[in-house]
Amino acid sequence: MPITTVDVLGCLRKMADVIHENKEFLTDLDAAIGDADHGINMDRGFQTILKKLPSVEDKDAGTILKTAGMTLVTSVGGAGGPLYGTAFMQAGMAVAGKHELEAEDLLAILDAALKGVVMRGRANLDDKTMVDAITPAVAAMREALGNGAGTANALEQAAAAAEKGMKDTIPMLAKKGRASYLGERSIGHQDPGATSSYLLIRTMAEMAQEKE
Amino acid sequence: MKKLINKPEDVVTEELQGVALAYPDVVKVHFDPNFVYRADAPVKGKVALISGGGSGHEPMHGGLVGVGMLHAACPGQVFTSPTPDQMLEAAKMVHGGAGVLYIVKNYTGDVMNFEMAADMARAEGIKVANILIDDDAAVKDSLYTAGRRGVGTTVLAEKICGAAAEKGYDLKKVADLCRKVNINGRSMGMALTSCTVPMAGKPTFDLPEDEMEIGIGIHGEPGRKRMKLKTADEITEMLALSIIEDEAYTRTVREWNGEEWADVELVDPPFQRGDQVLAFVNSMGGTPDIELHILYRKLHEICEKKGLKIVRNLIGPYITSLEMQGCSITLLKMDDELIELWDAPVKTPGLRWGM
Repeated sequence: MPITTVDVLGCLRKMADVIHENKEFLTDLDAAIGDADHGINMDRGFQTILKKLPSVEDKDAGTILKTAGMTLVTSVGGAGGPLYGTAFMQAGMAVAGKHELEAEDLLAILDAALKGVVMRGRANLDDKTMVDAITPAVAAMREALGNGAGTANALEQAAAAAEKGMKDTIPMLAKKGRASYLGERSIGHQDPGATSSYLLIRTMAEMAQEKE
Repeated sequence: MKKLINKPEDVVTEELQGVALAYPDVVKVHFDPNFVYRADAPVKGKVALISGGGSGHEPMHGGLVGVGMLHAACPGQVFTSPTPDQMLEAAKMVHGGAGVLYIVKNYTGDVMNFEMAADMARAEGIKVANILIDDDAAVKDSLYTAGRRGVGTTVLAEKICGAAAEKGYDLKKVADLCRKVNINGRSMGMALTSCTVPMAGKPTFDLPEDEMEIGIGIHGEPGRKRMKLKTADEITEMLALSIIEDEAYTRTVREWNGEEWADVELVDPPFQRGDQVLAFVNSMGGTPDIELHILYRKLHEICEKKGLKIVRNLIGPYITSLEMQGCSITLLKMDDELIELWDAPVKTPGLRWGM
């Protein structure tokens, strides 16, 4: 069964809940190696998305995602705003005009989000950033679909890869963002951006799971 | 957390409401999106200077808006970069037909948000240049970090470039001047205590009673090293020598070349015996004037010994980190042009002379 715009809207609402539940956790991770605002900023952004969603309920998936992206750009601030905002806007462009999404479309969404983050933030793999969670997720989903997996299964593998990517940031030395100023002291801490990326991909997987 | 606030989420809005009421002859405040702008904006035919950044560093940037300095400032949440819609609306409000210069402190969030804002302003037909300030000598290397952070030199660049815009420099000349100030300025800060972000409610980091952090940024980012507390003279010497003996610093920054974003390599030349400098001793917010002057006394002695002549100074809390106790020292190599622009009249809530 394809994913509908009702599912996309539901997924965004669920993302807002998940970010809200993890607000302090993300902020605490950020306090260790950054400036202690990641959870607060992301929560503000996703709560603003909740307010914007009623105005796009009858629109296509692309418009819904682009609206979410613009909302994040104008309400999150920090580095998370432009990075997640660009990710959602690029994801929206990848499925412009579509009202129903197949597995390939969901892969296109994740892939476009990753490319947007890399374009905006210029981070490489192993820099201890969001890229370290999203890159393996995209690769895992592509491989799963190549092996004939269904949407929910492929997204589950993407979420598992993102979780591993997130945990793999713990021993990394940060090379981007405020954490990079810590040098060696950034080692041993999980990256907050990789963590929020994992949480969002996990929410997508759960949405697909419930659909089946 | 003990603070003179009402609700943590209202801190920035209520501060801006206070600013609007306090200085109506100097600045106005636009809400949603938030920015502070010159009461007489737009100034026809002059380049408009806009800066911005997280709140919590007051008087920078909102308190540095007015004649001879910034045309607008975009405050984000505390320690969080403002967003592109603020920077775009500020540009539309204050540009006087001669273009807009965004002065951007080198923090990942600020850089990305101002780049997006510049793209959006250009799409609306406004000429925009972005110049980064990255003067924090505490950061040694640019290859494995986001590069040097923008700290004390920002205040000096805003004053000097504001005077240049007032004098009628065109956009390219103001941008070149801003870049020149940046590569000739270096800073180094330290903290005696942490600070508490209102929304977080607890100190950003723990610093034991008998320890200090050297090389700290302005958001409570940890610095170069943590060590046992020393005397004011020893601390001044550590900060000053880190600046004066800093070698040439090379990095690549992204600037708009008129057609596209392009990488530009910049090199900060080291200080040399015989240089004239502006010495800026800054409080992080919680360190009183009495201590700043003890530091200045020692800084003056060190500069003399190193053959640097202090021709101008600035002492006080200008780029702060909420209620943090601590200080930063900035040295900016001066020439006749910079001295003349520094001395030009300025009238902002936080810095005022000559008018």
